[in-house]
Amino acid sequence: MEQFIPLIPLMPLIGFAVLGLAGNNISKLMAAIIGCTAIAVSFVFSLLVFNAQLGTEESVTVTMFNWFEAGSFKVELAFLVDHLTSIFLLIVTGVGLLIHIYSSGYMHDDIAHNRFFTYLNLFIFFMLLLVMGNNYLVMFIGWEGVGLCSYLLIGFWHKVDAYNKAANKAFIMNRIGDLGLLLGIFLLYTKFGTLNFIDIKSHLAEIQVGDPTIVVATLLLFIGAMGKSAQIPLHTWLPDAMAGPTPVSALIHAATMVTAGIYMVVRSNFIYSLAPFTLEFIAIIGLITAFVAATIALFQNDIKKVLAYSTLSQLGYMFLALGVGAYSSGVFHVMTHAFFKALLFLGAGSVIHAMSGEQDLLKMGGLRKKIPLTFITFLIGVLAISGFPFTSGFVSKDEILMSVFYHNKLYFYIAAAVAVITAFYMMRLLMLAFFGTFRGTHEQEHHLHESPASMTMPLVVLAILSMLGGLVQLPHIYGGKPIFEEFLNSIAPTLKHEDASLAMKEWLMLGVTCLGLVVVYFLTKKFYADDKFEGVYTGFKKTLANNYYFDEIYNTLFTKPLNFISQYYNAFDRLVIDGGVDGIGKLVNWGGDKLRYLQTGYTGFYLFAMVLSIAAFLIISLFNLL
Amino acid sequence: MNLSLLILVPLLTAVAILLCNGLKQVRSVALLGSAVQLLLALGLLYTYHQERETGNTAQMLFEFNYTWFANLNINYHIGVDGISIAMILLTSFVVISGVLVSWSMEMLNKEFFFLLMFLSMGAYGFFISLDVFTLFFFLEVAVIPKFLLIGIWGSGKKEYSAMKLALMLMGGSALVFVGLCGLYFNSSINGAHSFDILALSKTHIPLNAQMLFFPFAFIGFGIFTALFPFHTWVPDGHSSAPTAASMFLAGISMKLGGYGCLRVAVYLMPDAAHAYSGIIILLSTIAIIYGAFATMMQTDLKYINAYSSISHCGFVILGIGMLTPTSITGAVLQMVSHGLMTALFFAAIGMIYTRTHTRIVAQLGGLLKVMPFIASVFIISGLCSLGLPGFSGFVAEMTVFMGAWQNPDTMYRIATILACASIVVTAVYILRAAGKAVMGPINDDRFTSLSDAVWNEKLAAVILISGIVAIGVVPFWLSNLVTPGTEQIILQTGQALLLK
Repeated sequence: MEQFIPLIPLMPLIGFAVLGLAGNNISKLMAAIIGCTAIAVSFVFSLLVFNAQLGTEESVTVTMFNWFEAGSFKVELAFLVDHLTSIFLLIVTGVGLLIHIYSSGYMHDDIAHNRFFTYLNLFIFFMLLLVMGNNYLVMFIGWEGVGLCSYLLIGFWHKVDAYNKAANKAFIMNRIGDLGLLLGIFLLYTKFGTLNFIDIKSHLAEIQVGDPTIVVATLLLFIGAMGKSAQIPLHTWLPDAMAGPTPVSALIHAATMVTAGIYMVVRSNFIYSLAPFTLEFIAIIGLITAFVAATIALFQNDIKKVLAYSTLSQLGYMFLALGVGAYSSGVFHVMTHAFFKALLFLGAGSVIHAMSGEQDLLKMGGLRKKIPLTFITFLIGVLAISGFPFTSGFVSKDEILMSVFYHNKLYFYIAAAVAVITAFYMMRLLMLAFFGTFRGTHEQEHHLHESPASMTMPLVVLAILSMLGGLVQLPHIYGGKPIFEEFLNSIAPTLKHEDASLAMKEWLMLGVTCLGLVVVYFLTKKFYADDKFEGVYTGFKKTLANNYYFDEIYNTLFTKPLNFISQYYNAFDRLVIDGGVDGIGKLVNWGGDKLRYLQTGYTGFYLFAMVLSIAAFLIISLFNLL
Repeated sequence: MNLSLLILVPLLTAVAILLCNGLKQVRSVALLGSAVQLLLALGLLYTYHQERETGNTAQMLFEFNYTWFANLNINYHIGVDGISIAMILLTSFVVISGVLVSWSMEMLNKEFFFLLMFLSMGAYGFFISLDVFTLFFFLEVAVIPKFLLIGIWGSGKKEYSAMKLALMLMGGSALVFVGLCGLYFNSSINGAHSFDILALSKTHIPLNAQMLFFPFAFIGFGIFTALFPFHTWVPDGHSSAPTAASMFLAGISMKLGGYGCLRVAVYLMPDAAHAYSGIIILLSTIAIIYGAFATMMQTDLKYINAYSSISHCGFVILGIGMLTPTSITGAVLQMVSHGLMTALFFAAIGMIYTRTHTRIVAQLGGLLKVMPFIASVFIISGLCSLGLPGFSGFVAEMTVFMGAWQNPDTMYRIATILACASIVVTAVYILRAAGKAVMGPINDDRFTSLSDAVWNEKLAAVILISGIVAIGVVPFWLSNLVTPGTEQIILQTGQALLLK
């Protein structure tokens, strides 16, 4: 099996190289085939690797070569495949493949179609590097690489200035996080003398829980995760990132890249478990993000913005899970979220495609009759994210809520409230887009059409996964077995909470969920299904609709002062330092100018000066003045 | 391998250029000469590995020693280790791409290419010298052509810039010379003074002499590599210079300084290097942060690259000042990386300028649409500059940071954190420039009819990019090449520490 492992990231790299060199010299169909095939082959190898991992607890390390060596600093390019990696391999290549296929339809009329596939393949390569590296540096390379692809794809339609700004913002926000990650990596290196995950793990026995270096290092690493996974306060780039084509939003800004932070924390769980302070911090950040983003999503009118804030919120959920020590629940939610959020984004893409590029929910309405397949799959996505019983989202959220319940009751109530809000804004979206009557232009209505099979096929697959994905982790009381959790146990053991009333609580939760969903359904139907809604918000609602004015606050607090510093340094450089250099030059010129008057040309003056000097020297030497 | 070929080939090319007639002959000869240089450099890399594999563990290989001034014990002593080879490779890459981008230099073409070749001779001679006097000689050889290149072929306030650059670099040379004399007169090898680097490294220069002369040598060389606050020649010099001269200036000339700091100042005066390391780190950290912030508000592409060079060369000085094996290797990598990257950047800016006749960011825009190749080159050099993995900048900066972090002193840690923080600022100014200049809507209707790069420009870019990617993707060949050399330097400073 080992021989397949390097091929997994190699295939998309080859795809990238071929597509990049061929450019527009090959047809769009050819480019799509090359791009999809590369990922498909990777997916098959990932399945083989996963299958091999099923039967063993052993991790596999494949060392390619000594990547770098300088002094005592040594890094190998090596891949580590264990249970955690194999799950992420399946998510990345599986969902990645579906989105590649979808893109061949969605991007078909774009002149830069081939460039799009080039970037997508490059992205998959870096994402695979990220989850396969056996040390922090290789992971960091993947981490930066996916950031680059995200940047390139957000600004894919680079003729529009606003999109470039969004791309820049994403990169720079991520850079702030990367700085933390980098410093954390340095700290780990000085502490352990290695960046290898397994080696660090073996050093941990001698470390006390709460060791200050470990706490600082884990916090620094988590700053990286906050950037990549868009947690408050580094979250403002993700809503703007929706400027990219919709498949990009689905792949990078929902299913894979933004979950890199969760991967990193779970991968480092053995270190995090030694830093309870950091874990609590993660839980709080996750909780705040989940709540704040959910409230913002309530008042968004752009279909992709709703989904973007919902992604923020769900990512917050995942971090909440990690923070309370439920690592496997966090990863499980990564997986189910990848299914239903990719489904929702691709569904939204199908809607936008049908609407000739329109993204404003206020101009949609009544679409369920016009694009039925999109509607049904989208409905399944909404049900899954809202936690409709026994869908994948229900199982993963239920798990997280249970773990949070045993950790801190207050967290639990807030998280439960977030679940209700989530159901509400998703239902609202559904009502606005698919119910009521059509509110767009006649031209748009005329163009309304169901998307081609290349786009609907991935929707159907993802819908099935969103429905049934929860079965691998169904709680005992429903007759299931926590297969997923057991699979991850060797990597990140999850804290077990068992008490007599567990079953009762589970049933209670099921009941409350059902009741809540019914209430939400009727409320949203009443408010939004019959074209009755407010499009313009005032007061506190406006604050929410505008992302609590985070952008404006950052602009005042950071961007403007930094620009000022830059201008100040510039002026300082020109006036003081360069002025000093010029001043010295002027001084020499001035000195020369004055001294030249000594060269009068009169012999008498020269003789006089000579005599005077000799006399001076004599006096000095006679009286020993020096 | 006869190292003198590295001096002879550029010299002969320069002479041959003088005998040519017309641009076509001149540039063909120049290209041929620089191609031979490139082959020589690659051949040197190959034979170096061969020699090492046969078990030759001498510190310097291919040594040659000829006395050319017996009275003062001045020798033409040459030889190379991994560090010099890395610098020679860099030089040959920049020279050939510099010749290629100057392909249609009409004005005084003979003199122009002659000076380029002359300059490269100085650089090669500098990097292979093992005698500090010879080294100084070649340093001076490399300064004069720059003055002429900017003064004659430059643009903007070229006379001012040329004069400023020449005077500041001459001032640097003067300081270097004082430092060298200090070394010479405080050395005693078999009763005689010596300029020989290897011999000097084996003696112990008295501590007070080191403390006195180290600042002269270090600041002197430091001026060449834009040491804060002696950096102001950089923005003016680069922006006034013609494209190839900018490339040579940033790609090669600034590296003479870094190499000199390492090979002469730190290697021969290790006690003083330790004593002054705090100040060196302070100045380099200032340069990194200050340069990065100053870049943010620049509006001219060449000024952007010039100020960012101040920031990036700060990493070289920082790596040297930290005095750990990793950090010094990082400093050398950063020299090579920055040399290639900044040459590429200037090449791209030159290509943009010859077409659009402007370098002001706000006046550009949408170039990715009309000249995709040039715009891509611009973006690649930008990404390398902001330290993206896969390009050389990441490897070099990462090594400097990692090495710097190994220094456990709290103040040094703080300096390292501040230096690391510059990666955020770098991202800001690079992306701002790229976003406005090459992306976005086309601002000027005249731009729509512009043509993309021609073969010579493409070749120049491909040569430089291949170097950047070769270091970025598989850096081990360069780190393995450089490490034995840096270990010698560290051994020296380590012994210095023991002696204290």
